[in-house]
Amino acid sequence: MPRSRILGPVGVAWFGLTLAAIIYATRMALVVAPTDALQGNVFRIIFYHVPHSMLSLVWPYVNLAASLGFLYWQRRDPLKALAADALAISAAEVTVVYGSICLLTGMLWGKVEWGIWWTWDYRLTSMLVLWLLYVAYLMLRKLSSTGQTQTLAAVLSVFAGIDVPIVYMSIRWWRTQHPSPIFFSGDPESKMDPSMMPAFLWNLSAWAAWGVFLLTMRYLLERRRQDNEQDAALKAIEDSLELTR
Amino acid sequence: MTYLGHVWSHLRKDLHLEWRSRDSINGMLFFSLLVVVVFSLAFDPTAAMSREIAGGILWVALLFAATTALNQSWTRELRNRVLEAQRMAPSPPSALFLGKALANFLFVALVEAVLAPLFVVFYDLHALGQGWLLWVVMPLGTWALVCNGTFFAALGLRTRNREMLLPLILFPISIPALLGMIQATTAILSGEFEPGLWIRLLIAYNLAFTTACLLLFETALNAE
Repeated sequence: MPRSRILGPVGVAWFGLTLAAIIYATRMALVVAPTDALQGNVFRIIFYHVPHSMLSLVWPYVNLAASLGFLYWQRRDPLKALAADALAISAAEVTVVYGSICLLTGMLWGKVEWGIWWTWDYRLTSMLVLWLLYVAYLMLRKLSSTGQTQTLAAVLSVFAGIDVPIVYMSIRWWRTQHPSPIFFSGDPESKMDPSMMPAFLWNLSAWAAWGVFLLTMRYLLERRRQDNEQDAALKAIEDSLELTR
Repeated sequence: MTYLGHVWSHLRKDLHLEWRSRDSINGMLFFSLLVVVVFSLAFDPTAAMSREIAGGILWVALLFAATTALNQSWTRELRNRVLEAQRMAPSPPSALFLGKALANFLFVALVEAVLAPLFVVFYDLHALGQGWLLWVVMPLGTWALVCNGTFFAALGLRTRNREMLLPLILFPISIPALLGMIQATTAILSGEFEPGLWIRLLIAYNLAFTTACLLLFETALNAE
């Protein structure tokens, strides 16, 4: 795969801008945004937690689209299928990272603010299940024998894609049927003061840009690894041909 | 041969093989019984409380029991390179899957048939809601576990650490179904709320995932 001449500079520029955006956004979150009337300074974690939560719901769809692409191109255009598979695993890994951050920061916030590490309300449980599904995906990729890995993982991804909305609805019904303590007073964004919105939007954009950067880097890494694998396979075939001559 | 003819052949084959050794069924039965006893020791429920938790315990016990048997159901295809023969056979691969899933369903249903009376005895149960609905919930729940379980067991056939992989994939995917079957069973036993929503969830789950399994099995079988 020839090295692209524009990707390098674009990548560096994107990284630089993303880093600058993250620094700016963090400053906005920690210093500029006004203190919350009820929670004091603890609430500032919202600027880190919520963007990661929202974004961790986006990457699974990238994974699903890539997996469907893989299954479609598998017999029709194997080279495109390889690229789709690389995107699928990158998206899965980024999902797990963002999901982990969402869960961990949420737990920290919950412990400080409401005195509990966890509760089985529908948002937390759905998030946990999403995280479990993608960890299972990564485990399947790790444990399956090479040659099969991509197809099996793509199939699992389709299952996970079907499952996620079902999980969300089922857990929502579960948690609205039984009374459960309401620790989140509705959607925080709906009650967010306009003066906090700039900080929030900056953080959302910065972490989205960072996610795209991670995704792309991982994708390129995977493509490089696939190329090496193919080169090694080709060399093995050529070597075996020389032996028979 | 028609599609159903193929399914019937596969089903008969699995039933025959299982009948000769009776490995899976005995293993499942004893395992479920042990799980029930261990849970009783763990929770020591009163009659009122047992109605709340019996649904959960029953389905968890069945989940673990089914998992132990599901891996085994595919290993008999690995011996003597039978799997390669299956891939080369002109019968549709989804017929193989469906036959095997139905066989597993029958085995787990047999285990349930033995386990359910035991439950009634151990936990002193009688349904306060509409008891006959259990005849609807049990098959639906069992099919949800068995259908996905058979598919994922096939996925894990040539992986290392095969036995580990099945629960790792099956449990997260089955969470909505587990929720549905446990809630429905608890609703029927305790009579405190309506099981209708959960039964509908189970039906929708089964439809969605049976379709997905049938459509994707050929891809999974031929993954190489």
